[in-house]
Amino acid sequence: MQSFTTHSGIVAALDRANVDTDQIIPKQFLKRIERTGFGQFLFFDWRFRADGTPEPAFELNRPEAAGASILLARRNFGCGSSREHAPWALADYGFRAVIAPTFADIFFNNCFQNGMVPIRLDEADVDELFRRVAAATAAGGQYRMHVDLRECRVADDAGFARPFTVDAFRRQCLLEGLDDIGLSLRHADQITAWEAAHGVPAAAG
Amino acid sequence: MPAPRTLLDKIWDDHVVCTPPGELPLLYIDRPLGHEVPSPQAVEGLRLAGRRVRRPEATFATPDHNVPTSDRRLPIADPVSKQQIDTLRANCREFGVRLYDLGDADQGIVHVIGPELGITQPGMTIVCGDSHTATHGALGALAFGIGTSEVEHVLATQTLRQAKPKSLEMRVDGELRLGVTAKDLVLYLIGRLSTEGGTGHVIEYTGACIRGLGMEQRMTVCNMSIEAGARAGMIAPDAVTFDYLRGRDFAPRDFDRAVAAWERLPSDPGAAYDRVQVFAAADVVPQVTWGTNPAQVTGVDAVVPDPASFADPNDRSSAERALEYMGLRGGTRIVDIPLDRVFIGSCTNSRIEDLRAAARVVQGRTVASTVRAMVVPGSGRVKRQAEEEGLDRVFREAGFDWREAGCSMCLGMNPDTLAPGERCASTSNRNFEGRQGKGGRTHLVSPAMAAAAAVTGHFVDIRGWEYR
Ligand code: SF4
Repeated sequence: MQSFTTHSGIVAALDRANVDTDQIIPKQFLKRIERTGFGQFLFFDWRFRADGTPEPAFELNRPEAAGASILLARRNFGCGSSREHAPWALADYGFRAVIAPTFADIFFNNCFQNGMVPIRLDEADVDELFRRVAAATAAGGQYRMHVDLRECRVADDAGFARPFTVDAFRRQCLLEGLDDIGLSLRHADQITAWEAAHGVPAAAG
Repeated sequence: MPAPRTLLDKIWDDHVVCTPPGELPLLYIDRPLGHEVPSPQAVEGLRLAGRRVRRPEATFATPDHNVPTSDRRLPIADPVSKQQIDTLRANCREFGVRLYDLGDADQGIVHVIGPELGITQPGMTIVCGDSHTATHGALGALAFGIGTSEVEHVLATQTLRQAKPKSLEMRVDGELRLGVTAKDLVLYLIGRLSTEGGTGHVIEYTGACIRGLGMEQRMTVCNMSIEAGARAGMIAPDAVTFDYLRGRDFAPRDFDRAVAAWERLPSDPGAAYDRVQVFAAADVVPQVTWGTNPAQVTGVDAVVPDPASFADPNDRSSAERALEYMGLRGGTRIVDIPLDRVFIGSCTNSRIEDLRAAARVVQGRTVASTVRAMVVPGSGRVKRQAEEEGLDRVFREAGFDWREAGCSMCLGMNPDTLAPGERCASTSNRNFEGRQGKGGRTHLVSPAMAAAAAVTGHFVDIRGWEYR
């Protein structure tokens, strides 16, 4: 698993609520049997026009979002399908963190498996960040933030700093890039004992 | 006396293998289910790490998302779909997992065939790389969707790392009115709860209205729990559940003993839920979604809302964006919305009772000349049963396409899709932008409402419909 300790990068603002996984990675791209190469299809239907050229109005295509690696969005980000292709596409495109007031559960869990941190902040803080991105854009620049998973803190260079919470175990796995299947297999004896106690036939050797 | 526990508590407590210090609990998974979309990468992960499937005999798979629903004797035209399905086949063969393949008489949508074959049972933990796994909760199981990495984890360890979700009781008192179905109920509940109202929770549906629903209607309700953001939906098992399961292929051999255990599952009197919400079934009218998420829904007797009427700025901008995408204006009466397509199918509404309900509406009538309509049964079994009852003739004679089992236009991964701008009344579960085809416009409704819309070419209030 890819690890994550700290990251600094440009913030792209996607001012939409309920961004669903069908938008993040449209189903016509779910047929690949690999985990890689999905970044080119990220937000495909929003990002590209019918003739295949980029849609200049779409948030990620604007100059202020060029090279962004932190995504800022509204409530209930990642709702809908369980497709892990959604975090695969975001990570492959270059995102390392997503900031929103709330996330859909499955998407939230899927992020950790892919070296990406989902960060929940209060709605008011998210509002403030949208304002800061807009101000930086109006000044002709880009807006940067810093994510520190060791400290569980996000900050910018202009005085914004907030703690965020993540489950301690998932945080540890991400910090160390641990193979969580390997960790769970350490408890194989207990799994076998559970099966025996519940009358499950022993797994073949 | 031990503290009273909910259905969720009981299944949870029974399945926690251990909670190592500083780690998340390991939850034992009785039944991993699979289909062709998330599985290849999960199995590839196993293979690369040199791991095996811990309990192949407890694992079941079927191709459903990508499969053509036209003539099955022809090869799959899309090479990428074919590769995905071929990969599923090869993986199941290599790891010894039971596959209900194309051409198998019992192939179908994984959430339809699980209960139908009796693979789904009360008290079990069931996962699948698919968010509508919640469907199986209708039988009193804890069933939820997971991502590919988690699928890999379950295949290798038969467990999942999970924090215990919170519980939300959604109690529905009273009885549904005539013409109002489980689909209308769940759309109504999602409208009340919002698309994220259930986040972090498992919903247990309770109350007289829920107890009065048949097994397949209960599946429709649990199926859409995810559209309210919930991890899962569940309904306590009772006589309806036991009668449904008795005699099914994978039902326990000592059925009476199993029933005795299942009877201990329902929530104890006085058990505490983290949240409780109460609704009256009599308030529910037939529902139609007008926007691009399932909570953007209203009664068929209402009008498309004006975005300005939403107090919350997020809701307002979502509504504006949705109406623009849907090509609708606030104030338009729902019954004045004309349709191009009708889709009856999906894991929400493709079971025999759904097809019967639609056929009753269609019987002796014809599809409007402006509409293309199709029925896609949820499984090979549903299809055969419908054909035995002559439902296929009712549909065909009315001008519907009668298809082979699969997900089909629920998500349009196979050739069944909407063209840009086409407007569809659909019995599926998601009206997201582009869900049924890029630029396609989806309105979610019940099977009876979809059938009536096919006949008239626009939405009609099924409560005023004259049945034969
Ligand atoms: S019918 Fe639709 S929602 Fe159900 S499993 Fe298939 S694609 Fe998913």
